[in-house]
Amino acid sequence: MMRRIWVFAASCALSACSGVQNAAAGEGAESARFVDLFTFFLVICAIMYLLVMTALVVAVWRRRRAPLTVEDRSHHQTSALVTPALIAWIALVVVGLTALTVASFFTDRSNAADARKAAMTVKVTANQWWWDVEYSSSDPSKTLRTANEIHLPVGIAVRVLLRSNDVIHSFWVPSLAGKQDLIPGRTTDVQLLPRKIGLYRGQCAEFCGVQHTQMALDITVESKADFQGWYAAQLKPAQAPATPLELAGYRYVTTRECSSCHNISGTPAGGQVAPDLTHFASRRSIAAGTLPMAKGNLYGWIADPQSQKPGSHMPTVGLAPNELHAVVAYLERLK
Amino acid sequence: MMSASEKAKAPPTNVPRDGPKLTGARLDQMLTATWRTPPGFVGWLASVDHKEIGRRYIVTALVFLALAGALAIAIRLQLSRPDNDLIGAARYNEIFTMHGTTMMFLFAVPVMQGVQIYLTPLMIGTRAMAFPRLNAFSYWTYLAGGSLLWVAFVLNIGPDVGWFAYPPLSGPQYGIGKRADIWAQMVTFTEIAALAAAVSLVATILKQRAPGMTLARMPLFAWATLVTSLMVIFSMPSVALASGMLLSDRLVGTHFFNPVERGDALLWQHLFWFFGHPEVYIIFLPATGFISEIVATFSRRSIVLYPLVVLALVATGILAFGLWVHHMFTTGLPRVGYSFYTAASIAVSVPTGIQIFCWIATMWEGRPQLKVPMLYVIGFFFTFVIGGLTGVMIAAVPLDLQLHDTYFIVAHFHYVLIGGAVFPLLGAITYWFPKVTGRMMSEALGKVAFWMIFLGFQLAFFPMHIAGINGMPRRVYTYPAGLGLELPNLLSSIGSLVVATAVLLFIVNMVKSLLAGKAAGADPWNAPTLEWATHSPPKAYNFPHIPVVDSRTPMWDAGETLGVVHGLRVEDRELLLTSVVAAEPDVREPSGMPTVWPFITTIAVTVMFVCSIFSPWAVVFGAVPATIALIAWFWPKAPLPEPEPTIS
Amino acid sequence: MSMKPSFTRDIAHLPTHAFSHRALTWWGLLGFMIIEGVAFAMAIAAYFFLMSHEQEWAPRPTLPPDLLAGTLFTIVILLSEIPNAMIKKATESYDVEGVRKLLPWMVGIGVLLFVIRAFEFNSLNVLWYENAYGSIIWALLFLHTAHLATDWGDTVVLWRLMKTPHGHEPRRLVDTDENALYWRFVWLSWLPIYALIYWVPRFFR
Repeated sequence: MMRRIWVFAASCALSACSGVQNAAAGEGAESARFVDLFTFFLVICAIMYLLVMTALVVAVWRRRRAPLTVEDRSHHQTSALVTPALIAWIALVVVGLTALTVASFFTDRSNAADARKAAMTVKVTANQWWWDVEYSSSDPSKTLRTANEIHLPVGIAVRVLLRSNDVIHSFWVPSLAGKQDLIPGRTTDVQLLPRKIGLYRGQCAEFCGVQHTQMALDITVESKADFQGWYAAQLKPAQAPATPLELAGYRYVTTRECSSCHNISGTPAGGQVAPDLTHFASRRSIAAGTLPMAKGNLYGWIADPQSQKPGSHMPTVGLAPNELHAVVAYLERLK
Repeated sequence: MMSASEKAKAPPTNVPRDGPKLTGARLDQMLTATWRTPPGFVGWLASVDHKEIGRRYIVTALVFLALAGALAIAIRLQLSRPDNDLIGAARYNEIFTMHGTTMMFLFAVPVMQGVQIYLTPLMIGTRAMAFPRLNAFSYWTYLAGGSLLWVAFVLNIGPDVGWFAYPPLSGPQYGIGKRADIWAQMVTFTEIAALAAAVSLVATILKQRAPGMTLARMPLFAWATLVTSLMVIFSMPSVALASGMLLSDRLVGTHFFNPVERGDALLWQHLFWFFGHPEVYIIFLPATGFISEIVATFSRRSIVLYPLVVLALVATGILAFGLWVHHMFTTGLPRVGYSFYTAASIAVSVPTGIQIFCWIATMWEGRPQLKVPMLYVIGFFFTFVIGGLTGVMIAAVPLDLQLHDTYFIVAHFHYVLIGGAVFPLLGAITYWFPKVTGRMMSEALGKVAFWMIFLGFQLAFFPMHIAGINGMPRRVYTYPAGLGLELPNLLSSIGSLVVATAVLLFIVNMVKSLLAGKAAGADPWNAPTLEWATHSPPKAYNFPHIPVVDSRTPMWDAGETLGVVHGLRVEDRELLLTSVVAAEPDVREPSGMPTVWPFITTIAVTVMFVCSIFSPWAVVFGAVPATIALIAWFWPKAPLPEPEPTIS
Repeated sequence: MSMKPSFTRDIAHLPTHAFSHRALTWWGLLGFMIIEGVAFAMAIAAYFFLMSHEQEWAPRPTLPPDLLAGTLFTIVILLSEIPNAMIKKATESYDVEGVRKLLPWMVGIGVLLFVIRAFEFNSLNVLWYENAYGSIIWALLFLHTAHLATDWGDTVVLWRLMKTPHGHEPRRLVDTDENALYWRFVWLSWLPIYALIYWVPRFFR
């Protein structure tokens, strides 16, 4: 535990960082093991490095000033020290590397053991450039679909099944665990076992096209009770519009361009190729981490998504000002 | 019908041959007339002189280094601040793709092969490379491939899928336009060039060594050349096949990498990395050859435990083929298989560790002189070993699952490539500059450039380890504030400017020294290997008489005279073949004369490959002029009055 | 060079040509054979990799290729080793007339093989764009055809060359000998590819 704090502090010492997207944070079972193993490797490697550099510096320094005499042609005689030194060196290297390999193997085994403990499954499907998230259940009425965010109960092992609809992506939440690629035609998986309540961020880690940079995820780790509360709220259909402006927005969204791509449960909008918007306003960010969720950013995004995330598949439709106000008002209702 | 013995009858006696009766200035005059490249532009196109071709390779590769370096500065400027908007997303993706592709395919391997082509015949005591016209073809093909890529970039149709172009992103559905095709076809050009050069190098080293230069007496740089050329031969066909399959998926509808029709995106990764991992050792091992030569010369000692260094080179070359899956640890392959690749990837550091021991032991046993080449050797140690150790880290699967595809990896590979290949290369350029040009580089300017590039490199790349751990993935055109990425990126950007300035300084040193540097004699460093027995720069024919060696350090062991064999023809290009292991003189071999057919063949092949980006029929129709050019190339000219053969 | 030469052996009497590993071009040829061999090996590895994803190979409803053309090709190319070995023997005994008589046979056999090969492409029962199975067997057949074409082209050039006075030069006999060696590589590399295209898809249904 102290080691984790030390490494995290050291890596953050250089600049202010919050630990939301940080491999040194070690807030999940796998990422904690990473920190321990990395520290072990770092210590051993640093010792080896110092040994080699010391030998180099001494070798260069010791006879630098001795003049080269003409008679000094003993260019292939080797002192008796060399062979024992070589054997000692090889032994040291082999012992060191073996220790590292064994440590790596045991860590890997512990990580694999987590897979057997999984109590919950979440399905993540990657698209260019957003994350489709589904909490499935044997009871279809308890299946939840959201996008670009994952909520997790603290202390529970979760298996995340990973698929891709287009190109290769990579699911990476460094504070909690290592990454796994999402490869079209295959299903891979990663285990998350968060140990601390908090807000985290993940990011796509395999170059996937023009907006690879802006394909992030918000992870919320909360108490079991809070998680169940969130889950229950997500299962409800979308909130109905409450004001005339929101109603105008509702009408636009469910009858015009938006509904051809987006799904809002409980409304006629049933598109399947873009993020689910049923509880959009409850998320922390817009467009897979491109902008923080805020009124001004909503306006910016809806008015001209191509200027915020050029190349993304959401077209700039050119809304009139009154349409824009209405749509934003309705989206803010979707908590 | 003539019997074999009649064929090998005594050669005509009225033909001038080198020997006690024909030596010195008169021999020099006749050999120069025979071996020089004809003057003029056509002569320049027709050159088959390995020294000219080697120089062209090196200069062209350095131009590509500068171009890719400029792109790196653009990347660093964009990343110097969070949420920067200096370069847009699409353009940025082209820039980092071009940076990586240019550095790996157009700089790193060609520069090493260029130095190998220049030095090998001089180091092993022969007059030319084994297949001089194939060598020339190899250079022109490399130039054509590099030009294709950069013309496309300038025309805004350059590739934007990263230097290893994973499908489906690079496939027909998501790789819109011709960008990925241009990338894949450039790979074809450069692989053909590299393979041709490698075959020539292997044949040269095995068959043309000076009498008495057994394999156990060969310079370590020649061993490194032999091992890397064999690695090229065994690894590059894999990427050529892969890029052919990608072009085929994109152009004619095959489904090698399309999961919908039973193909597999991972097939690409396996085929690419089967080449890609040996590729980095193809870049690194020649650099270890540089280190061996420089350490020996400047420590005044032959390398300690030479046989062990040779074994280490061979072991590294072989082991390198068993590691490639470590680039795929995050793809969900079975864990049990991964453990093997972890063990192998960690084990490959043992032979390199042995080489490091031998180099340090050599310095320990000798009297190290810290001239500029030795400074680069020390810079190599400080830097490469860090890269090697981070390599050991990421060989461990639990560590790699966090660090893969982050800036930690970017730091790692720049440490091993710049520390492990570029620093030795700069030392090698400084070391052999006097031989190639006849002038010394400025020692003072060299020292300044060294310290700037060494310290600037640490500033540029060390913080990237931190950025990676702090959550920065690769290939992003920006990053948000508040993740702890601002300071590492700013430091990296400042460091990159220092490195760029230092590289400029190094080039200024080269140019200044070329024009007005101190004159160097044949052997300014008092070095042990045969190239230092020739003039600086060497004559067109390299050696007036083929030398005989009886040790690993012929120049240190020769007294006032150098043993030579004699009897080669002087008015026709002729060199000596020796047996593969014991280097016993065996055959007199005619050597290729200057000809424009390799250049014309490259033109024909270029047209064929470029047109095949647009239509598969180009392969069929384009084969016709290429075939004609090849026939013209190989068709022998009329036999001479003398019954002995020439190649013309 | 700055040092005075000290003359040891006279090598003027050494021959200017040699066969097999004593020849420089033999090593070049070996290098190219290894390159193409590795390319084939990687294509074969790709074949098995793609096959490992399938329950059936050839995947239904695709039928395996018809055996007739491929088997005929195999028989003809194996028989071609007879004149090929005769050429090799002729070159090594400096029998220029023998070589001149045998080379046209190799050219003719090559033409026959191309005709059979065209029928093979036509009887694969799958097109390259149908699925990955189709793509990989077309790729294997295409690679081998390119192989065949380049060596046949080389044989044609040698056939014309040996008819000229150049045919008497020992080095041209060495060239012909090496071309015969390469022909062996062409049919040897065919055997595993034949098995993979025609037989393996029959055993895994």
